[in-house]
Amino acid sequence: MSYETIIGLEVHVELKTESKIFCGCSTEFGAPPNTQTCPICLGHPGVLPVLNKRAVDYAMKAAMAINCEINDMCVFDRKNYFYPDNPKAYQISQLDYPIGENGWIDIEVNGETKRIGITRLHLEEDAGKLTHVDGENYSLVDYNRVGTPLVEIVSEPDIRTPEEAYAYLEKLKAIMQYTEVSDCKMEEGSLRCDANISIRPKGQKEFGTKTELKNLNSFAHVQKGLAYEETRQREAVDNGETLRQETRRWDDAQKQTLLMRTKEGSDDYRYFPDPDLENLYIEEEWKEEIRATIPELPDARKKRYIKKYELPEYDAGVLTQQKAMSDFFEAGLEEGAPAKPLSNWLMGEVNAYLNQEGKDLQDVPLTPKSLAGMIQLIEEGTISSKIAKKVFKELIEKGGDAKQIVEDKGLVQISDEGAIRSMVNDALDQNAQSVEDYKNGKGKAIGFLVGQVMKASKGKANPQLVNSLLQEEIDKR
Amino acid sequence: MEPFDYSLKELSRRLHNGDTTVEELVRTSLKRIEEVDEQIGAFLHVDRDNALERAKELDQQLKNGEADADNVLFGLPMGIKDNMVTKGVRTTCASKILDNFVPVHDATVVEKLYDASTVMIGKLNMDEFAMGSSNENSGYKIVRNPWHLGHVPGGSSGGSAAAVAAGEVPFSLGSDTGGSIREPAAYCGVVGLKPTYGRVSRFGLVAFASSLDQIGPITRSVEDNAYVLQQIAGHDPRDSTSVGKEVPNYLEALTGDVKGLRIGVPKNYMGEGVSKGVRDRVWEALEVLKELGAKVEEVNLPHTKYGMTAYYVLASSEASSNLARFDGIRYGIRSEGENLIETYKQSREEGFGDEVKRRILLGTFALSAGFYDAYYLKAQKVRTLIKQDFEDLFLNYDLIIGPTSPTTAFQIGENVDDPLTMYANDVMTIPINMAGVPAISVPCGLSDGMPVGLQIIGRHFDEATIYRAAHAYEQAVNFKHAPQFKGGAHA
Amino acid sequence: MERISKEQVRHVADLARLQLQEEEVEHLGSQLDDIISAAERLNELDTVNIKPTSHVVDVRNVMREDEVKPSLSQEDVLKNAPAQQDGQIKVPSVLE
Repeated sequence: MSYETIIGLEVHVELKTESKIFCGCSTEFGAPPNTQTCPICLGHPGVLPVLNKRAVDYAMKAAMAINCEINDMCVFDRKNYFYPDNPKAYQISQLDYPIGENGWIDIEVNGETKRIGITRLHLEEDAGKLTHVDGENYSLVDYNRVGTPLVEIVSEPDIRTPEEAYAYLEKLKAIMQYTEVSDCKMEEGSLRCDANISIRPKGQKEFGTKTELKNLNSFAHVQKGLAYEETRQREAVDNGETLRQETRRWDDAQKQTLLMRTKEGSDDYRYFPDPDLENLYIEEEWKEEIRATIPELPDARKKRYIKKYELPEYDAGVLTQQKAMSDFFEAGLEEGAPAKPLSNWLMGEVNAYLNQEGKDLQDVPLTPKSLAGMIQLIEEGTISSKIAKKVFKELIEKGGDAKQIVEDKGLVQISDEGAIRSMVNDALDQNAQSVEDYKNGKGKAIGFLVGQVMKASKGKANPQLVNSLLQEEIDKR
Repeated sequence: MEPFDYSLKELSRRLHNGDTTVEELVRTSLKRIEEVDEQIGAFLHVDRDNALERAKELDQQLKNGEADADNVLFGLPMGIKDNMVTKGVRTTCASKILDNFVPVHDATVVEKLYDASTVMIGKLNMDEFAMGSSNENSGYKIVRNPWHLGHVPGGSSGGSAAAVAAGEVPFSLGSDTGGSIREPAAYCGVVGLKPTYGRVSRFGLVAFASSLDQIGPITRSVEDNAYVLQQIAGHDPRDSTSVGKEVPNYLEALTGDVKGLRIGVPKNYMGEGVSKGVRDRVWEALEVLKELGAKVEEVNLPHTKYGMTAYYVLASSEASSNLARFDGIRYGIRSEGENLIETYKQSREEGFGDEVKRRILLGTFALSAGFYDAYYLKAQKVRTLIKQDFEDLFLNYDLIIGPTSPTTAFQIGENVDDPLTMYANDVMTIPINMAGVPAISVPCGLSDGMPVGLQIIGRHFDEATIYRAAHAYEQAVNFKHAPQFKGGAHA
Repeated sequence: MERISKEQVRHVADLARLQLQEEEVEHLGSQLDDIISAAERLNELDTVNIKPTSHVVDVRNVMREDEVKPSLSQEDVLKNAPAQQDGQIKVPSVLE
C-alpha cells in the first residue's frame, strides 16, 4: 500500500534571559549542581512566582518572528504532574491563552519552498536535570536549570518527510538565533525537540496512531529517528499489525527507536489557571515595541544577498543559515571585501575548518577584518591563492593581520619579471628532457616546468607571470 | 489585671516609661505558656532562647534611646501561625510531612513584624495546612478553647486565637482562607481581621488555596488590630497578587463616629441554621450601632447558599496542586518505598492527615479530565455571582454585618467525622473570601457562656470603615474579653 | 446515589499520589461522594453567560526586571533534603 507520513514537531527553546522566569537565580549554563537555586525555584513552602518581563518580551519576539498572532490576553496555567525534576509538582505553562498562535515558516527542500504551519508558541518554565546513576537504584537531581524560561513551539502536522523535519528545525533554529532570544545549543539543551509521527494510507483523511519520539539529541537524530519510525510503522501495518500509541526513544548506538512506554489515553495534567500569577494583557503599544526589535530574518537576508550581491541561491542559503556566519559576511563586506570571494572563503575554507575542528565561528580568532584584509591582498595580486591558504591558516588559528603575516613571513608574491625570467631559465636548463618532451608535442610537460619554477620561488612567484614567461622562453629554444 | 489585658499602646507606653522591659514582657509570655499551654495546646514550638536573646538586644536599644516611641509594636511579644515560614525556625503547618522542615527565609509579614522590633515567641498550632474549622485536624495536638476546655477554639487559626485569648501573647497572626481567622476569633472572644485579598503579602504563607488565602492579625481589641495591620499591610514585589494601593492610616479611622453609616444585614445570615443565642447577640449589637447613628437595613445575598460547595471545590482544587510539592523529595519526611511512585505515595500517605487527603482527593477529582467544566469551572462561575452579590450591595451600603459563625464553639469531637456539618460552620465566612472583601470578627457578648462573634464586612480595601464601626461598637459595649480560664487546673 | 465509584476514587488517589488503604477508599470515597452530591446543587444556577473568576482582585501585568539575585548556597539547598550525594538530591531511580 502507499502511505503518507504525518509529522508534527514540538520544539523547546530556552530563552537567554539573565535570570530565571519566576525568580532572580542566574540561568548561566555549567555551574556546580544546585548553586543557582533559591526557595522559589526549589518550590519551597510559601514561595510565589514573579514573572520576568524580558522572558515575555523574548517570547513575543520569537512568536512574531515565526509569524504568530500575539494574544491580547495571556494566562499562565499549572500543569500538574509528579516527577523529581519538577519541584512544585506542577509546571507553570500556558494552555488556552498562549503568547502566540497561528504562525508559519517557509522551508526549502529539494529546491522547493513549503510553508509549515505553527499551531502555537507558549511560555513556560524548564525542569531540573535528572541523572540516572548506572547500575544503581537511584537518580540524582540538579535544580540549576529549573525555572529557566522556555518557549514551546508546536508545529501543525504539515511535515511529510524526515528531510522536511530537518529543514524545519534548521530554519526554526536560524530564526531563533537571528532574533537573539536563544543560543539554540542542542548540546547544552537550550534547544530540544520531540516529534510526533504517524502514517496513513494515501488519500485517507483521518490521522493514524501516532508515536511520540524522544531523546533526539541532534537534528540528524531527528531525521534518522523519523526515517526509522516511518519504515517501522509501514512494515507493521503491512504485516497486519495494529499500531499502539507509544512513546519511543531514538537509540543512536543501535540505530533504532526503542519503546519507552505505551500511552493509555492521554495524560491527565489537570491544568488550571495559576492563581499566583495575574493575567497578562498585551497592548498594541507593547507589541509594536517588540516588533521594532526584530532584525532582518534569514529569508529576507537570503533574498537580499541574491539580489544585491548576485550570489547563487545555494550560496545565499548557506551563508544565511547561521546568524554568526551571515553577520560575519556582512561585516566582511563592510571591511571592503568583494562579495563573491568573501562568500567563497566562508563557504569553503572557513566552514571546512570549523567542521573539522568542531568549532563555532565565534570560537576562532579570525575576524571579518582579517579575512577581508587577506582577500584584498589576493585581489591586488600581493599573494597568490596558494600563499593565501597559508595566511588563512595562521589567521584562523592564531589571529592577526594578513598584511603583517605576509610581510613577517616574506610571503609577498614575486612579480619582478627579471627575477622570474631567470628562475624560468634555470628551470629550463635543469630539465632538458621536459623541454624536449614539450617540443615533441607533450603539452603536459609545461605544467611540470611551472611547478619547478613555483617550487624554486617557494610558491611566491606570480603564477600568471610564470606561465607567460615560460611560454616565451621555451619558444625561444 | 494580667499583663496582656493592657492594650498594645499601653504596653508600649509602659516600656518607654520604664515600667517594664522587653525581657519582662517576653518572660511573662513564656511563663504564661508554661502555665497554661499544656492544656490549651496553642503552641507547636516555643522559640524561648532566641526570644530572650532578642529581648535583651531590644532592651539595650530602648536604654540607648534608639527605640522609636511612635512604633507601638516595639518590643512586644507575638506568635505566628505555623503556616508562615520563619528563617531557622521549624515550620510544619501542623503536618507530619513537614515535621523536620526548617525554612531558609522569612515570610514577608514576619520580616515586617521583625522590622517593627517585635519578638516572636513561637509558632502556633493550627489545622493541618489550614484545613479545618475546629483545630482538631492538627497533625500534632488539638487546641482547646480557653473559655471552655471541652470546646474547640475554632480553626484553622485555633492556636493563634487561643493564645491571644489565654493571655499567652498580646497578639498573633493567623491566616484566613474560608474563615480561618474570623471563626476562631469569634469562638475565643477575640478580634480577628481578614484583610482584602491582596492587602497583605502572601509571600511565605504556605499556600492552602492561593486565590482565597489572606494573612491577618488576631488581637484583644480593635485598636490593637489596627496597629498590627498597619505594620503588615502593603504591596510586596514578591507577591504578584499583592496590590499597590496606598495603605491608609487605620488608627485615624478609630473615631467612634458611625453616624450615617449604611449597614446591610443579610436576611440569610440571620435565619434558619443560626442559633438563637447568636442571633440575639448580633441583633443587640446592631441596636447599639443604630443608637450610635448608623442606619441598619435588611438585605439579601442571594448566592450565599451556594458559597460553601463552590468554595470546597475551588479551595480543594487549588490545594490539591499547592500540596503536591510535599512529596518527600527535596525536604520534609520521605518514606522510602520500593520505587519512585511508591516513595511518593508512602510519604504522602504517612505525612498527611485525613482531612488533607479528603481535600486533595476532592480537588484532584474536580480538576481531572471530564469533570473540570462541571465542577471547577462551574464553581469559578458561581464565585463570580457571589462576588457580584457583594458588589451590588456595596453600591448602597458601607458595611454588611452578620454573625461570624452560626453557633458558638462546639464540643471537641462533635463533628470530627462529618465533613459537611463541619464545613457548615464556615457558611457565613466563606463568601467573604470568595468575594475577596475584608471582614472582621469582634466579640459581641456570650451565649451559654461562650463568646459570639460579630462579623463586619467592608468594601475592597476599605478596612478603615470596618475598623471604625468595630471600634465604635467595642467602645460602646465595653465587652470583657478575658475568659474565666486562669490555667493550672482542668476546667 | 453513587456519584463516584471506588475505581474512580482509586484513580484520583493515584493521580494525587496518595496511597489509600481499602477501608480508606470506602470511607473517604463515601465522604467524597457526599461533597460531590452537594456540589451538584450548583447546577441549579444558570451560569451560561457568567465569566469564571480565577483572580478576585483585578491586577494586571505584574512583572519584574530581568535581574540576577543571589542564589542559596548548595549547603542551604541540601540542608532540608532527605538524601543527597555529590551536591545533588538523591531520589529513587526514575527508570522503571
